[in-house]
Amino acid sequence: MAKQVFKRPKSLKENVFHYCPGCGHSIIHRLVAEVIDELGIRERTVGVPPAGCAVLAYNYLDVDMGEAPHGRAVAVATGIKRARPDLVVFTYQGDGDIAAIGTAETVHAANRGERLTVIFVNNGVYGMTGGQMAPTTILGQTTTTTPGGRIALRDGYPLDLSQMLAVAAGSVYIERTSVTSPKNIMKTKKAIKKAFQVQMDDLGFALVEVLSPCPTNWKLSPVDACKWVDEEVVKSYPLKVIKDTTQSDG
Amino acid sequence: MRGSHVIGEAATRAGCRFYAGYPITPQNELPEYLSKRFAELEDATFIQAESELAAINMVMGASMAGVRAMTSSSSPGISLKQEGISYMAGTELPAVVVNVMRGGPGLGNIAPSQQDYFQATRGGGHGGYRTIVLAPHSGQELVTLTMKAFDLADRYRLPVVLLGDGLMGQMMEPVTFPDPIDPATLPRKDWVLGGAKGRGGHLLASLLLDPSKMEQHNWKLARKYAAIRERETEHESYLLDDAVLAVVAFGTAARIAKGAVNRVRKAGLKAGLFRPVTLWPFPERQLRALTPRLKHILVFEMNLGQMVEDVKLSIGEQATVHFYGRPGGIVSTPHEIAEAITKLCYRYDLG
Repeated sequence: MAKQVFKRPKSLKENVFHYCPGCGHSIIHRLVAEVIDELGIRERTVGVPPAGCAVLAYNYLDVDMGEAPHGRAVAVATGIKRARPDLVVFTYQGDGDIAAIGTAETVHAANRGERLTVIFVNNGVYGMTGGQMAPTTILGQTTTTTPGGRIALRDGYPLDLSQMLAVAAGSVYIERTSVTSPKNIMKTKKAIKKAFQVQMDDLGFALVEVLSPCPTNWKLSPVDACKWVDEEVVKSYPLKVIKDTTQSDG
Repeated sequence: MRGSHVIGEAATRAGCRFYAGYPITPQNELPEYLSKRFAELEDATFIQAESELAAINMVMGASMAGVRAMTSSSSPGISLKQEGISYMAGTELPAVVVNVMRGGPGLGNIAPSQQDYFQATRGGGHGGYRTIVLAPHSGQELVTLTMKAFDLADRYRLPVVLLGDGLMGQMMEPVTFPDPIDPATLPRKDWVLGGAKGRGGHLLASLLLDPSKMEQHNWKLARKYAAIRERETEHESYLLDDAVLAVVAFGTAARIAKGAVNRVRKAGLKAGLFRPVTLWPFPERQLRALTPRLKHILVFEMNLGQMVEDVKLSIGEQATVHFYGRPGGIVSTPHEIAEAITKLCYRYDLG
């Protein structure tokens, strides 16, 4: 008899993803759902989606979800978690959301060591509004507001928020991964699981930055978009464990 | 007890268990009081946030989790909080927002003012929503209205604004408190985010991309606001039965106006005071009921004329509306208002 070896996670609704072909969001949504299932926390998890392409994340993830204003996800999540410490609270945010309009909220939540899990999806553009420059856009990258490519003198440098957050005393675990290959996807899942576990173990602030392709706004095929992440984006945002003090004594 | 502390104690007794705020004068004594008071309670959270934006959004989160939550600020900080207030109005989340008004616009000053009346009573942020606005004028009323604010916020699922000023916050008056409410005894909220135990995920959001759903939601909010207008207006009438002229004033201005009314009464002039306690909903019918018997109404505000528009909308052509006010954090004296009343009485021959 055939054995089913791959099925839809319980925490993932049966809706068809609205994301563009080759977008990383659907993969990352699935990974989050798989992790929630595996940790057995669906009935005590609350998610906070961002403004941006993933604003409709609640159409896919079958957990309690509360929408935050653009950039304020960790502040809203802080309120939920402090009011109900028994809940497992995560935010799901894009690079414009977390590294531009929400920088202050994110830095301070990390610094307070809020027991939160942050999924930070970095695709280097404002996807939903049509592909404008994001704080994370790499130098030379063409967007609708950097038509000749991002120039440091005019547009500033790409912001490595994860590195900034690693400096905060309250952050415990920060890792950067990507979803460009099965291997990278497995690594991302492992990182997301650890970021949830850190919260459940009451250790502090945990964040996984996932480099994610945006073929539509990058004007590349899905395959070329993955290649671009692997060859170009990682030069500015190398894949690595940026901080992990989960094993340390203090 | 100092006004700011009274608000903090009343909120605690109302079952408030979450506060987030950011320092700004003249309301710092309130978060300072709560930081100490909440430390005595096992189930309460006090956060000094990194900004007004963060504070209101933390309150939004706590409200989503079902806890009675409050933030406070003063005028410039309330402008920053409007983002969160609009989202909470759209998402139908209860919370209490205290605005200890100061002189403006811009950074302005830290003196008592009523220059945020429009902002408070017209929603304040984007999207055409309303918040209930309560205007205390005494220490004891800081107790009752703070506690009432939490009940109204929960009952109607919206932010409620407690609108005071620096004078109200600093004033020391004896007050009595009712017994504290145990948050566990409050009515259960079935809409909160508490984990999807044996059910599908709850969603709390203000995003409605489909225009027909957005319209439906706005009509739903409109019906709620209509019900609030119908049921929740509150006002005080002071010496109005035999009055030939009514002063209309709220909050600190009403306190000053009472002194002025007492003063002119001693001189034989029959003036009284109509004091809206709810600024939104405005007690329109109750005010209109004074006319056409009363032909003249004097509105007094610590601004250059904001509530006066609601007074005119309430009474139409039924009486002549006069205005006296000073902006910028200047606090008029009872003597000044008495003079304004006296002038009107002689000018219009109001015996």
